[in-house]
Amino acid sequence: MLSILRSIWLVFLHAFARRETIQYPDEMPYSPPRWRGRIILSRDPDGEERCVACNLCAVACPVACISLQATEDESGRRYPDFFRINFSRCIFCGYCEEACPTYAIQLTTDFEMGEFKRTNLVYEKEDLLISGSGKYPGYNFYRQAGLAIGGKGKGEADCEEPPIDVHSLMP
Amino acid sequence: MPSLWIDGKTYEVEAGKNLLQVCLSLGLDLPYFCWHPALGSVGACRQCAVKQYRDENDSVGRLVMACMTPVTDGMRITLQDEGSVEFRAMLIEALMTNHPHDCPVCDEGGECHLQDMTVMTGHNYRDFRFKKRTFNNQYLGPFINHEMNRCITCYRCVRFYRDYADGPDLNAFASKNHVYFGRDCDGALESEFSGNLVEVCPTGVFTDKTLKEHYTRKWDLTTAPSVCHHCGLGCNTLAGERYGSIRRIINRYNGAVNGYFLCDRGRFGYDFVNAGTRIREPLASSGETKTQVPVSVEKIQQLVSEMNAGKDKILGIGSPRASLEANYALMKLAGPEHFLDGMAPKESSLVRLALSILRNGPARSVSLQEAGQADAVFILGEDVTHTAPMLALSLRQAARQVCVQKAAKANIPEWHDAAVRELAQEERSPFYIAATGATRLDDVATKKMCVPLDGIARLGLAVAHAIDPSAPAVDGLADSDKQLAGEIAAALMNARHPLVVSGTSSGCSSVLKAAAQITIALARTREKVGISLIVPECNSLGIAMLANGTLENLDERIKSRRYETLVVLENDLYRRLPSAQVDALLESVKRVIVIDHTTSPTSQKAHLVLPAGTFAEADGTLVNNEGRAQRFFQIFAPEGEIQESWRWIRDICPESRGNRKTAWQDLSDVIEALCQDVPALAKIQEAAPTSDFRIKGLRVARQPHRYSGRTAMVAHKTIHEPKPPEDPDSPFSFSMEGYRGIPPAPLIPRFWSPGWNSVQSLNKFQQEVGGELTGGDPGVRLIDPDGSDSPGYFEDVPAVSTCSGDQVQLIPLWRIFGSEEFSVLSEAVQQKIPGMSVIMNPKDAEKANLKTGSMAVIESGDMKLQLPVSLCESQAAGTVAIPAGYRGAAWIDLPALGESGRGMKNERNPLVPDPDCSGSGWHSDCGSQSDLA
Ligand code: SF4
Ligand code: SF4
Ligand code: SF4
Ligand code: SF4
Ligand code: FES
Repeated sequence: MLSILRSIWLVFLHAFARRETIQYPDEMPYSPPRWRGRIILSRDPDGEERCVACNLCAVACPVACISLQATEDESGRRYPDFFRINFSRCIFCGYCEEACPTYAIQLTTDFEMGEFKRTNLVYEKEDLLISGSGKYPGYNFYRQAGLAIGGKGKGEADCEEPPIDVHSLMP
Repeated sequence: MPSLWIDGKTYEVEAGKNLLQVCLSLGLDLPYFCWHPALGSVGACRQCAVKQYRDENDSVGRLVMACMTPVTDGMRITLQDEGSVEFRAMLIEALMTNHPHDCPVCDEGGECHLQDMTVMTGHNYRDFRFKKRTFNNQYLGPFINHEMNRCITCYRCVRFYRDYADGPDLNAFASKNHVYFGRDCDGALESEFSGNLVEVCPTGVFTDKTLKEHYTRKWDLTTAPSVCHHCGLGCNTLAGERYGSIRRIINRYNGAVNGYFLCDRGRFGYDFVNAGTRIREPLASSGETKTQVPVSVEKIQQLVSEMNAGKDKILGIGSPRASLEANYALMKLAGPEHFLDGMAPKESSLVRLALSILRNGPARSVSLQEAGQADAVFILGEDVTHTAPMLALSLRQAARQVCVQKAAKANIPEWHDAAVRELAQEERSPFYIAATGATRLDDVATKKMCVPLDGIARLGLAVAHAIDPSAPAVDGLADSDKQLAGEIAAALMNARHPLVVSGTSSGCSSVLKAAAQITIALARTREKVGISLIVPECNSLGIAMLANGTLENLDERIKSRRYETLVVLENDLYRRLPSAQVDALLESVKRVIVIDHTTSPTSQKAHLVLPAGTFAEADGTLVNNEGRAQRFFQIFAPEGEIQESWRWIRDICPESRGNRKTAWQDLSDVIEALCQDVPALAKIQEAAPTSDFRIKGLRVARQPHRYSGRTAMVAHKTIHEPKPPEDPDSPFSFSMEGYRGIPPAPLIPRFWSPGWNSVQSLNKFQQEVGGELTGGDPGVRLIDPDGSDSPGYFEDVPAVSTCSGDQVQLIPLWRIFGSEEFSVLSEAVQQKIPGMSVIMNPKDAEKANLKTGSMAVIESGDMKLQLPVSLCESQAAGTVAIPAGYRGAAWIDLPALGESGRGMKNERNPLVPDPDCSGSGWHSDCGSQSDLA
């Protein structure tokens, strides 16, 4: 008897407690910056696609929901010809972001991805690519790596000497 | 057997090997770069350091390079002690100081020996704070991409390219940390084996340029064991597929066949599978214009429903490029008397002659590996590099056998590569070539003789006579020829493993007989005699063993007008017969059915075209020139109506249409029936396990366990992931599901082992590193002469060439790039095809008033040909070499007698130099300009 009364009292008290329920969608909940939500592909500080189509995200993905094909522009810069994420399979584990050597693929705070049709959960590169550099400003893979691309020849990356003249007899 | 103490354990190991090879064979993981099982040791990279102790009491030890240290009895070493572990990690760190850090965009990434070794040694953080040295890259042609910054100066590339393959144009330049591996200037690599740099280089300096066009990581490739279809040698390959197209071919080690290497035709000629020239759906001609339009399967059944009327109404033409199974199915459909082998008549008789030579002995047909062990070689009438490329690579090793023997006498083991080369210098084994013109092996030849075909045969017979005087003598031989014959005979008799090489490409039976004659003569006095006869196509020998009918008396068959239906299997008849004859044949029947994978002039004239699978979409068995039956497996399940040729034949066969249940269900059914019907081929069953073979109840997975994108690849088409296709024909699955350990050798779908992602993981699949695959190398030999009764000599000695006046001998000229039907559909290969020209001796040209570049008119019978002339001193006087097998060129019956004259004057004729003729201006001369700087 006593315990029942106690329970009623506690329930009554909750009527005055701070509300945990949020009036979504009228009110947006807080999602912390490290939230693992909708995946995007970002651009480097020069505004070029960051993804170099290395396939590391795809192979890291435990549910294998990333598929892409590498291609190259005439200057040797590699990028994905297509890049597809099947969000109806994605478990938002963030392994793809961990694996990415270029900071191209990033998980964002957006979780509003509900769809009535599963096919709408298949995102292509056009749906994924944003215009900024996302969480990691500043980094540009092609400035670090030795591969020559348009506008950056051999020996012009960070920490590189100009190319050797192989025919030179100087020591 | 020396016993070896390694980290507290004692092992019994084989003597004579080096410590690195022994450790790897024992399954121990020891990092290395510069050592290669086929190239031996030079001790260039210092990565394989281990510590050796003097005896039990020695606790200090000293570092030695495992690859340079022969194993000795009672040797005590450690791989694990701190000193050597640290040394190896520091070494990698030093190698990596200038590494460009571009693995994500490197084609080697994911199958890189440098990555594997870096992880294995534990080096993972970079302390180097200074700037990196950089290089400019070079253009190396359509096959190979160059990214020099990734180099770790292991010297493997030049050791393969220069030392092993005798390629002239790749070298090491400059010194210290400026060492550069490339050509002296931009330009396509000249060697026909340049593609092997992709696998030999442990880093991403040399990568496959054709793969780059549709780049796919190793872990994303669906792969299965395959056999190269581009010549008669049947090298073992691994083809990889992704998104429905073939992405690349790499070597599949077979200790008895191609070993570690492939030729560029086999490696880069795969693109015909993806080409627009493919037949992808059934087509039927309709309407007045006879245009071919796609038809449904029901329509096909309707079209063939009238085909019932008695078996002898069907004429079946098989093909030397189709599998035994497909050919056999057609043989069943048409009946053996109405099934023809599909080879050009002359070619067919030569292949059959080669087959009988191999069957009746006494010489044993050597494998590619055995050919490399020969220590005296005589080649008759073949330019091996163009007709059987990998055999040429083996013969280049044969030319070095004398060095190995010399080294053995000086107590230097064969693997001690630098020492062996140093000792032997330029010395070469006795190596003789008799040909009609320049060949690509001339640089290793002791002596070379350029004569017309009958001259080759006469020299061969003279050699036989010199070996055994009871062999028929050759009259009217010049003294110098007699002397040469004596010299060759002596060399072959003194050798431990003499080898005679010839083949069908010259089109001359006397040459083949002369080669056989030599082996018969040799066999009179010795037991082991090797012969290697080159055949034109991947299954030439197989079809000769299967079919008796030939295209020889086709005219009678046409005239009889008895056939209603002609079924042509994977064959373009216009490449085999004069076009008038083919036209007549096609018109003489009511119905022409062509089953093929690529559009051809023949398929374009068919009433019904059925889309067959290429090597990548079908399974089957081929018999190579050695007489070895090898199974190739389907790589991927194609979309649409493409299916195996034998399935099409089954589907249109009146009997099986009536009774689906008793018809063949899978490949094993076909093979079983074939083996029962044709006893000579019964052993092909042993070439690979049957389709119901399982390991622990599992199939072997075609996809690696890291295969990515499974749930997204087709998500744009259907969100419901389709079930992987079933494979009734082989023990493989089309998915990642299946057995992942080491399967039986014929079923190895890829080389991979934990920690070993690169091709070097092959070590784990061999019984002993560099030796046989575990469980024996795949393939079964169908022909083995017992050598009991030696056959008699051929008696007919050809007379001297009887060309008179303007007459010349027209000789087929085969090109590694250009003469083969399908590799030329590959864009990369197309860039390597030399232009068409006839090659003449300058004296003949002068007689006919021709100069380099002028147009020659060649006439023979009703054939008339106009091509630019290219002059070559090596071309035998009285002969003219004419490009053979080129796509789109008219069919010519070669060799033949003909006349050459001057064509219309046209100053703008393109200059087409002969790539094989030294001094023809083909070999690029870089001059003083440098673009390395
Ligand atoms: S978050 Fe995880 S499941 Fe989703 S795409 Fe990335 S790796 Fe795959
Ligand atoms: S890991 Fe990053 S760079 Fe590589 S393919 Fe994925 S998104 Fe692109
Ligand atoms: S290019 Fe490759 S094979 Fe040649 S030395 Fe450099 S790393 Fe070794
Ligand atoms: S030698 Fe012949 S079988 Fe071998 S890879 Fe070259 S073309 Fe193919
Ligand atoms: S592998 Fe022994 S020194 Fe290179």
